[in-house]
Amino acid sequence: MNVCTLKIDGVEVVGTAGETILDVARSNNIEIPTLCHLDGLSDVASCRLCVVEVAPSGKLLPACAVAVEEGMEITANSDRLHRYRQQIIEMVFLERNHVCSVCVANNHCELQDKAAEFNLTHFDLCPVNPRLEVDATHERFAIDHNRCILCLRCVRVCSEVEGAFTWGVSGRGLDTRVVTDAGAPWGESDTCTSCGKCVQVCPTGALFEKGRSVAQEKPRRPFLPYLTDKAGVPA
Amino acid sequence: MTKVKFATTWLDGCSGCHMSFLDLDERLIELGERIELVYSPLVDFKDFPTDVDACLIEGAVSSEDDLHKVQMVRERSKVLIAFGDCAVTTNVPGMRNAIGTAAVLERAYCDNATHNRGIPDEIIPRLLPKALPVHHVVHIDCFLPGCPPQADLIWRVLNELLDGQAPAAAKLARFGK
Repeated sequence: MNVCTLKIDGVEVVGTAGETILDVARSNNIEIPTLCHLDGLSDVASCRLCVVEVAPSGKLLPACAVAVEEGMEITANSDRLHRYRQQIIEMVFLERNHVCSVCVANNHCELQDKAAEFNLTHFDLCPVNPRLEVDATHERFAIDHNRCILCLRCVRVCSEVEGAFTWGVSGRGLDTRVVTDAGAPWGESDTCTSCGKCVQVCPTGALFEKGRSVAQEKPRRPFLPYLTDKAGVPA
Repeated sequence: MTKVKFATTWLDGCSGCHMSFLDLDERLIELGERIELVYSPLVDFKDFPTDVDACLIEGAVSSEDDLHKVQMVRERSKVLIAFGDCAVTTNVPGMRNAIGTAAVLERAYCDNATHNRGIPDEIIPRLLPKALPVHHVVHIDCFLPGCPPQADLIWRVLNELLDGQAPAAAKLARFGK
């Protein structure tokens, strides 16, 4: 086993080859905030909330997607990083139409929690207010793109756990959307098994079960622990 | 002791934040000993005084009327507090921003109307192209988000302000509820 020693926030820590900065930080009780990361799924570094500074360049790298190396000196928490992370949360909020008070995920939303955790009381930037669709063609579930933060957990759980490969990504930049069966309506999907895993991993209220009202969508993820070390069972 | 001249007002909101203010319950009596309520939808003063010490403002800036009101209130208040999610982020009133004012008015006053169809051009204030957070129009001294902000938090923030401290408790607030 290849072992390397490195420093995170001044603390000497040990990691093994293949572990990410996030893995090593968390196993040493050093907190790095994340949003798109979910234990048990692969990482895509889409939200950038876990950015850390790596000396000597001071370059910002996503802790969830960068493997540890011998001698690394990492700053995981600083005023500058805190400010950047606040800005990331603000931009995620303003890119689409998040209205917490009338959202199905109100009080069970990871984006809403992050805003509170980072003491965001208001936003200075102007909202984009895009006109976005809701696909409610599936019998049991629906997706409201107004609330999607493009964490891609749905895409990952669908391929990595369910093996259905229904969810994918279409478009670039502001036009990026998660799509079912390469853009066909969800209700017409040939590949969707209606397992609902995508709904359960969604950090916001973008994916939800039909018939649920404000603040009624609570995530249930019993299918995830067996994939993670935390459950004590090897993957 | 001179009482602090205190006001509350609303723009495009549902009055829920004011209801949460009333949820201070018996603490309102204690508050009444420290403040003089000089203007509010809860009392019957007709004009906003020219020398208000602190004012809670609920709701988003949605109409031309709101715009004039918020500018007048700002001019006449030393400390202006954005009170609740509609004032802070536009919240529900801002849901029309993605759809467009014309489409919303058409839907409400033409498509869904069974009587007197047509968009009113008098009496009701004209809507702005977009609902705006209050701080995009005037300077705001303190933000108190929440839908509505919880009474306990309102109490803490008002006490901090009355004690002449920076309103640190506002940071404990969260969007939605």
